[in-house]
Amino acid sequence: MPSINVGAPVGALVDWLTANLGALFHFISTVMLAVLDAVLIVLTAPSPYVLTAIFVVLALLERKWGFGLFTLIAFLLIQAMGLWIEAMETLAVVVVATVFAVAIGIPVGIWAARSRKVSSVIRPVLDFMQTLPVFVYLIPAVFFFGIGVVPGVISTLVFAIPPAVRLTELGIRNVDKEVVEAAIAFGAKPRQMLREVQLPLAMPSIMAGVNQTLMLALSMVVIAGLVGAGGLGAVVVRGISTLDVGAGFQGGIAVVFLAIYLDRLTAALAKPRRRRPKARKPAPAPSATTTETDQPALASS
Amino acid sequence: MTTQVRSAQPAVSAGASEVEVAIKATALTKIYGPRGGPEASRRGWRRAKGSDVSKEPKAAADDVTFSVAPGEFFMIMGLSGSGKSTVLRMLNRLIEPTSGELLIDGRNVATMPEAELRELRNRKINMVFQHFALFPHRTVRENAAYALHVRNESAAKRDERADWALETVGLGDWGDSLPGELSGGMRQRVGLARALASEADILLMDEPFSALDPLIRRDMQDLLMELQRDLNRTVVFVTHDLNEAMRMGDRIMIMRNGKVVQLGTAQEILNAPADDYVTEFISDVDRSRVLTAGTIMQEPLVTATEKDDPQDVLRRLSNVEGVGAYVLDDEGHIAGITRADLLAAGVGRQRAAVGQLVTNEYKVVGEDAPLSDICTLVGRNSVPLAVTDTDGKLVGVVPRATLLEALATPKKENADA
Repeated sequence: MPSINVGAPVGALVDWLTANLGALFHFISTVMLAVLDAVLIVLTAPSPYVLTAIFVVLALLERKWGFGLFTLIAFLLIQAMGLWIEAMETLAVVVVATVFAVAIGIPVGIWAARSRKVSSVIRPVLDFMQTLPVFVYLIPAVFFFGIGVVPGVISTLVFAIPPAVRLTELGIRNVDKEVVEAAIAFGAKPRQMLREVQLPLAMPSIMAGVNQTLMLALSMVVIAGLVGAGGLGAVVVRGISTLDVGAGFQGGIAVVFLAIYLDRLTAALAKPRRRRPKARKPAPAPSATTTETDQPALASS
Repeated sequence: MTTQVRSAQPAVSAGASEVEVAIKATALTKIYGPRGGPEASRRGWRRAKGSDVSKEPKAAADDVTFSVAPGEFFMIMGLSGSGKSTVLRMLNRLIEPTSGELLIDGRNVATMPEAELRELRNRKINMVFQHFALFPHRTVRENAAYALHVRNESAAKRDERADWALETVGLGDWGDSLPGELSGGMRQRVGLARALASEADILLMDEPFSALDPLIRRDMQDLLMELQRDLNRTVVFVTHDLNEAMRMGDRIMIMRNGKVVQLGTAQEILNAPADDYVTEFISDVDRSRVLTAGTIMQEPLVTATEKDDPQDVLRRLSNVEGVGAYVLDDEGHIAGITRADLLAAGVGRQRAAVGQLVTNEYKVVGEDAPLSDICTLVGRNSVPLAVTDTDGKLVGVVPRATLLEALATPKKENADA
């Protein structure tokens, strides 16, 4: 059996990229840091109490009192544990990574939904991104972007983009074929059909993708802490490395609080929802129209 | 209306005979296959090796030729897999024909560029779908106005047309509802309104009523026929229900395995089915609702005028073993009916003319009365039923035997005749 070293060319490629595309990586790194800093400033500028109040209000807009109560207790506890700044750092990383993942994932998903060829090419790539052990690309990311938060965000992106792509593609493909035909049969242009028919009807699925992206991003936080991303990940890593189980648990429980909060907040987006018709006449049929309001969730903008 | 400035084929618009045709399909063919298209069949060696029958190209529509006149109600009928929906979708190129020619109002649709095709779909051909295919996130009014929305009509014009269309289908009060709030029949009314609002004069209907329950279906059929009388669109209607086809269609095209089996009016198909397949189909048809008095009536064997000699009429009657004869006035209207016994009595009493020997014990129907309506009339009267045209002139009679024969399924010996 001839031995084939698949890794060698990859290693050579990484070396070559580091040597020749340094300027590009530096640029990405700078932009990413600027965005992260901006988000972090917004999250840390107001008093923790003000921010907690805002989070609770967002939770209450879902009209679930238990969720509001949970939010209040969870964020107060994070403050009491002295992990507020770390939690906000983590939140900033998660939000930025999710925004980028969605900004990349949804267009790719739309593309894949419109072309079988694209879909069949993208699918193995997505499998690769989701199953390749994180450390395999975390280390090259450190080579490219240096120690710090940026390689953490980049690795998070790799991990979190696939569900956005998959669920966008799935959502669009699952739109009733006859409804799509109807749009074509009445002369809609492809772009118009996408905007007016396919995307609105695929929205629950796309939003489920956003929710998944958010959750995966959060699950990467601790690992990103290993390469100096700071935040709650760093707290956990520090706790583990000093065998301080209590400190590690505190960091861990704070991650869980954030996860539950973000999940509940965005899960509502995934539910099918109707736009309220303007100026309703006295309704002939008192049907169960949804009473939920169209509040944008924190992370989806 | 569309500005027909860019008439691509002046040669066609010159031909006067073409004007009488709304849709003209010639040898339309759609082949699905492993590679689709004719090149698949060229690779014969592949099949020889693989011998995988399922991979062979399959013709969903094979050499389908027909034409539809403006204002005609044209039925495409067949079981599932017969290619009827494929043919319908080729008419607006939701499915691209593999080969064949398609002219709509003299414009060649098969080779039309995308932009012109969209224009055609928007203004000329609209479609109603089996499962309604409404946009669930738009209100009923917005659904109805969709074609106008696509062509960027002003909001006022959109709402006006949409409300007119909704009013026409009986949903005037529902414009602000969402489709999800309506029942199945009402949703299909919205589907119909959506097609009507655009003022397109060709309507493609893909089994529009088959997802509805029977009572609602009947209502919708009536609604559509009523609308058709007022609006007079060209309708191409796909169905798997021959009763529906015969009830509504001017002409019916029966398809099987992608091929046209028979094309003709309901009566033509009932009276002369093209093959055993069609024969089997029509055995289920309620003939009494499809056949009309006009199609089965016969020449009256004996008629008389008021001035005829009773003896003469009596002799003619007995020659054909008839029981009575209609007596006509100078314009061909029925003055009454005379019977053999009346005539015989008249001969004995030396009455001069048949005009004094008539009774009014007869019934009259129009040519388009379905047999279901005339059964009792024929049954109750010993003399044949009179059939008159719109002017009230006698055009034929329906004796009992004729009616019974028409109601029975066609006999095999019809083929010999």
